[in-house]
Amino acid sequence: MTMQIADSVSLSASEAKARAKARAHAAAARDNLRTEPRAVRIVIIALAVMFLTVFVVLPLVVVFAQAFSRGLLAYFAALAEPEAMAAIELTLIVAAISVGLNLVFGLVAAWAIAKFDFKGKTFLITLIDLPFSVSPVISGLVFVLLFGAQGYFGTWLRDHDIQILFAVPGIALATTFVTFPFVARALIPLMQEQGTQEEEAAISLGASGLQTFFRVTLPNIKWGVLYGVLLCNARAMGEFGAVSVVSGHIRGETNTMPLLVEILYNEYQFVAAFAIASLLAMLALITLIVKTVLERHLDEGEDASDH
Amino acid sequence: MTIEVKNLVKKFGSFAALDGVDLKVDNGELLALLGPSGSGKTTLLRIIAGLDWPDSGEVSFNGEDALAQGARERHVGFVFQHYALFRHMTVFENVAFGLRVQPRAVRKDEASIRARVKELLDLVQLDWLADRYPSQLSGGQRQRIALARALAIEPRILLLDEPFGALDAKVRKELRKWLRSLHHEINVTSIFVTHDQEEALEVANRVVVMDKGRIEQIGSPDDVYETPATAFVHGFIGECIELPVQVADGVIRLGEQPLKLAADGLVPGASRLFVRRHDMLVGPPGSGAFEGAVQHVRNFGPVQRAEVALSGGETIEIDAPRDKELRAGDTIGLEPRRYRIFAG
Repeated sequence: MTMQIADSVSLSASEAKARAKARAHAAAARDNLRTEPRAVRIVIIALAVMFLTVFVVLPLVVVFAQAFSRGLLAYFAALAEPEAMAAIELTLIVAAISVGLNLVFGLVAAWAIAKFDFKGKTFLITLIDLPFSVSPVISGLVFVLLFGAQGYFGTWLRDHDIQILFAVPGIALATTFVTFPFVARALIPLMQEQGTQEEEAAISLGASGLQTFFRVTLPNIKWGVLYGVLLCNARAMGEFGAVSVVSGHIRGETNTMPLLVEILYNEYQFVAAFAIASLLAMLALITLIVKTVLERHLDEGEDASDH
Repeated sequence: MTIEVKNLVKKFGSFAALDGVDLKVDNGELLALLGPSGSGKTTLLRIIAGLDWPDSGEVSFNGEDALAQGARERHVGFVFQHYALFRHMTVFENVAFGLRVQPRAVRKDEASIRARVKELLDLVQLDWLADRYPSQLSGGQRQRIALARALAIEPRILLLDEPFGALDAKVRKELRKWLRSLHHEINVTSIFVTHDQEEALEVANRVVVMDKGRIEQIGSPDDVYETPATAFVHGFIGECIELPVQVADGVIRLGEQPLKLAADGLVPGASRLFVRRHDMLVGPPGSGAFEGAVQHVRNFGPVQRAEVALSGGETIEIDAPRDKELRAGDTIGLEPRRYRIFAG
């Protein structure tokens, strides 16, 4: 074949230069925007730092200070209490169930909303946000109304000897409901932005629906999925209101970590309360760090698709 | 593979993207669908590929009903306007995709897949990019990888949606030549969509001109350029002068001015006269069908382009050879060497 194509080499040097120039330009623009007098700037920054200290740093420090106030031994002894271990175990089980369910629901919902057009789409999007706009206590009450002894399914459940309320299923249901939007919310904008062209290409190349999903769609949204799962997990482990309503507070059985913190605190067991609280605080810190890492990956993904 | 499309209709809400389209594509043809945006050409292409479904009408490949099959079964290679390469896969894996997703029974072993991908990358002259990711490629390279990927499944038909639309002018010209010789080599029935008349006329064996969901004309590049079938085709292809004229009592008038042009066989009433810019021959005053005053003259590549105010009231632009003496203020006669008049 005698075809000649003078190739524009990928990402040429001139392009890189242009990018550097654009960056320098942006920095200069930022400098120009700093027009406030020095004193004003200092006051504003001081206010921000003070606010952060009082509302974020101080509480965090207090949690750990209180937890370790009687020393390391007391701290670990408090965590080793059977009640505490039971709460940690229950929290992990409930989080695993609700994150697992919401991962599946969230993926399906986001896939349907982002890749297809159908009647009632806007309604569905609104519905997904519902758990965010309803007070968690109300969310819990809904399940009491449905599954409680006086609830719609109460008699039937009692006749068949199925325990939902004041047991793991009820707690998992309430948590799942409250954390439902996280995965879907993380994925919908991402999938909408990516469009359907790659999927269409895959199908025209002979891929089945499942092959398309696992080989094309999922790899493109994997960072978004992890991001949604992370936030969902953090909320699932920390949920108080909805769980409090459906749990029944049976010691050693239906108390999750946040519930146990409250109980211990009310019983003046400060070290134990703050020891459990410190675990939740650490979960929050780890979540923040992982979130930052994931956000960087998500941004990179956007850069890569930006041509 | 021959393609036959019969009375295809596709509506998006109240907008008719395709309004009764009939088309026959012969085996081994390289056909261009040409039209302005919104003319329905991409919709037609997507329906042939199985990515969209018509409201009514028929599509058949070699006489068998294609609408009974999904996109997956049709074995059609589709090259998307924005390439739609899989961004998380290397160039190699992109091209290999169609081979890897085949049912286990017919899937090739790893060694044959590798050999086939290598062969395709050689064909598009990009074997040295196998390990790169799409984001690391230039537009022209992405385009050729997208083509290699579509060819991997040995498609019965190759469909290209604005294949060069997102490329700069120089790369575009090179790829055009390359696509034509590639088609010559692989000889697969191919249809490409374009809004660029030059591209359609230069690359295709046959051109289908579309407007508002209908086919205006089907013909060779020479046909559509030399003998446009409708006013739309004449106006859309080639640089054109369009003049509103009146036909009455065997006389053609521009405004009040009668033109020295034969009106035989024309329908009386308001009509439009089309002349290509370079078909307006310049002569001394009173020599042609039109008379006008030169407003100003610009040199424009191999020609000089003059703006002429006609005595009928319209101002037109003509292209004259560079050696013709033309100055602003001259009064000249103009004779259309070739022209067409369409009623309406």
